[in-house]
Amino acid sequence: MTLGIGRPTVAVWKFASCDGCQLSLLSAEDELLAIAGEIEIAYFLEATREVKEGPYDISLVEGSITTPADAERIREVRSISTTLITIGACATAGGIQALRNFGDVETFRSLVYARPEYVDTLADSTAIAEHVPVDLELRGCPIETSQLVEVINAILAGRKPVTPTHSVCVECKLRGNLCVAVAHGTPCLGPVTQAGCNARCPAFDRGCYGCFGPAESPNSASLATWLEEEFEVDHPDLVRLFRSFNADAPAFRRESRRHEPEEVAT
Amino acid sequence: MSHSHDRTISVEALARVEGEGAMHVEVADGRVEQVQLRIYEPPRFFEAMLRGRTYLEPPDITARICGICPVAYQLSAINAIESLCGIGTPEGTPMPDGIRQLRRLLYCGEWIESHVLHIFLLHAPDFLGYQGAIEMAADHRELVEMALRLRKAGNQLLEVVGGRAIHPINVRVGGFHRAPTRAELQEMVPELLWGREAAIAATRLVAGFEFPELDQGHTFAALRPEPESLPPGATGYPIEDGRLVTSTGLDVPIAAWPEHFHEEHIEHSTALHGRMTDGGTYLVGPAARFNLNADRLPSEIAELAAEVGCAEAVTNPFRSIVVRAIETVYAYDEALRLIDAYERPETPAVEVRPVAGTGHGATEAPRGILYHRYSLDEEGLITDAVIVPPTSQNQPAIEEDLLEFVQAHLHLDDDALQWQCEQAIRNYDPCISCSTHFLDLTVRRR
Repeated sequence: MTLGIGRPTVAVWKFASCDGCQLSLLSAEDELLAIAGEIEIAYFLEATREVKEGPYDISLVEGSITTPADAERIREVRSISTTLITIGACATAGGIQALRNFGDVETFRSLVYARPEYVDTLADSTAIAEHVPVDLELRGCPIETSQLVEVINAILAGRKPVTPTHSVCVECKLRGNLCVAVAHGTPCLGPVTQAGCNARCPAFDRGCYGCFGPAESPNSASLATWLEEEFEVDHPDLVRLFRSFNADAPAFRRESRRHEPEEVAT
Repeated sequence: MSHSHDRTISVEALARVEGEGAMHVEVADGRVEQVQLRIYEPPRFFEAMLRGRTYLEPPDITARICGICPVAYQLSAINAIESLCGIGTPEGTPMPDGIRQLRRLLYCGEWIESHVLHIFLLHAPDFLGYQGAIEMAADHRELVEMALRLRKAGNQLLEVVGGRAIHPINVRVGGFHRAPTRAELQEMVPELLWGREAAIAATRLVAGFEFPELDQGHTFAALRPEPESLPPGATGYPIEDGRLVTSTGLDVPIAAWPEHFHEEHIEHSTALHGRMTDGGTYLVGPAARFNLNADRLPSEIAELAAEVGCAEAVTNPFRSIVVRAIETVYAYDEALRLIDAYERPETPAVEVRPVAGTGHGATEAPRGILYHRYSLDEEGLITDAVIVPPTSQNQPAIEEDLLEFVQAHLHLDDDALQWQCEQAIRNYDPCISCSTHFLDLTVRRR
């Protein structure tokens, strides 16, 4: 694809996910018809039966890899895509379903399904980048529609998209939020979580719970010590705090592991 | 091919549904032998992931089951946990009116967002002969622009009350993190007034579509709230709470769910199939709600329903799009009533202490009853979780519908039959992400 010219073809793919991130494209109510005029939606099953064959200039990929068939399918998607963009926490970090990576998937399968042998699944839920090269990642659970529109605009204009990698704390200052940690003693992941949501939770008197995953160079260990010593958050709650929608993002994975009870040697 | 007695029709990946599914139809000697909805959406094991988490976490975690109806998950989870912990129960801590108003208002936002998405962006293209809404916009730009504005108003309600349209951040066990002011809600009123009128016009429009004949005599199941349980300003159509009622006369509290309904695991599906304990299939969703609660609609909306051909029970699933439109009018109207009556609660949430035991909760997701059950230990950690989404409950009845529909339409060629089968499936607005526990169409004519 030559950036900045023409009408790029776009495909939208779904792996293990809730549909929320691709729905964010349909939720760009003010921009959707204008976008549809500038790009050619070639494959987007949630929106249309029309399927144009690849290859595609841009693939937007939602969801994580959890089955042998999907591990194969993502390689096919990569092979027919010039630019591959992952959208959301599932595609960039394995999503909430990566909680299985910390347990035993056989137990999970037999707890939910009466006939586990009917269900084909991998032991881990993994990010797209663990399987194929990814050109750009959009964070969030879900992604922010404004960031998706920015990326599409940037591609059409042939420039680099503006998606900040600083922490939610910066957004709180820019928005003029009162710090919920300092003022109310509310545990908050804002210092280690990547910006992008415009600090939604602190604006509603709630501590950040990490939807956008780790910011660039997060000092998660320092924050955990603060939460433990100043906010009296106990170890099981620290594990749960870091182990949610971006549980398997490396910085959050390491931090939750650090607060797990040590295995008793047998 | 189309006139042979033996054929197979296959849709490998169904479009305009939420999630991944396929359909397979086998025809032998001019008889439809088998219809399968194959849900191949990969399983995510939510019920297992919830074990060991605290009683405060299910609203945020289960919201992630579905990006289209996260509020349904949040409030069904909350109903289950609060009922167990003695909040809002006759002997327990009363739930302030303002919090109950905000919950119903938030849910109105989700009904609008989800129903408008389905009516115009996913289903209307079938009736008007387009592959999708973007293609439809080339000829019907004003219609699509109206739909996008209608949907945006629903999303704005979710933003103002819930803090985010997809996976709201402001919802918690006990109430909200921050209760919006009256002034913040009042700002929504002009757009909601426009939306109510636009939704009425939209209802008349979709009522003019052509509907294929189909009536299977399904049993309907829905919630029905007790009038005294409604928050100030609310009218009595079921949304965020109610007793469990069916068209066969069942009328029980939600805690009686396990005695009357169960799920089976079928080989072609990662969705579990819902059945009544007597083995019968049943339907949940807009038609079920309407047929069991039409007497609860405000008189102007009941008059609109009668005008658009819904004076009696709606038993043709192809007409569900009309009921969805009527419910969209209702959601706008109800939101306006709730905002008018809203009194900001003194505190945004009541304190909820964990109680060991098992709690049941259900709400009316846009697609029908969504049931949650949680067991907690003394510390408030989850020891067991059961979630029954609407599409799992509808799946056996959808297969029955398709069997009948395909049999009556075998004269169509494969392409036409496939499209009409897809349209029939979309009557139920199936949410595969939710039910994974959906669709390629394969029709094999042997």
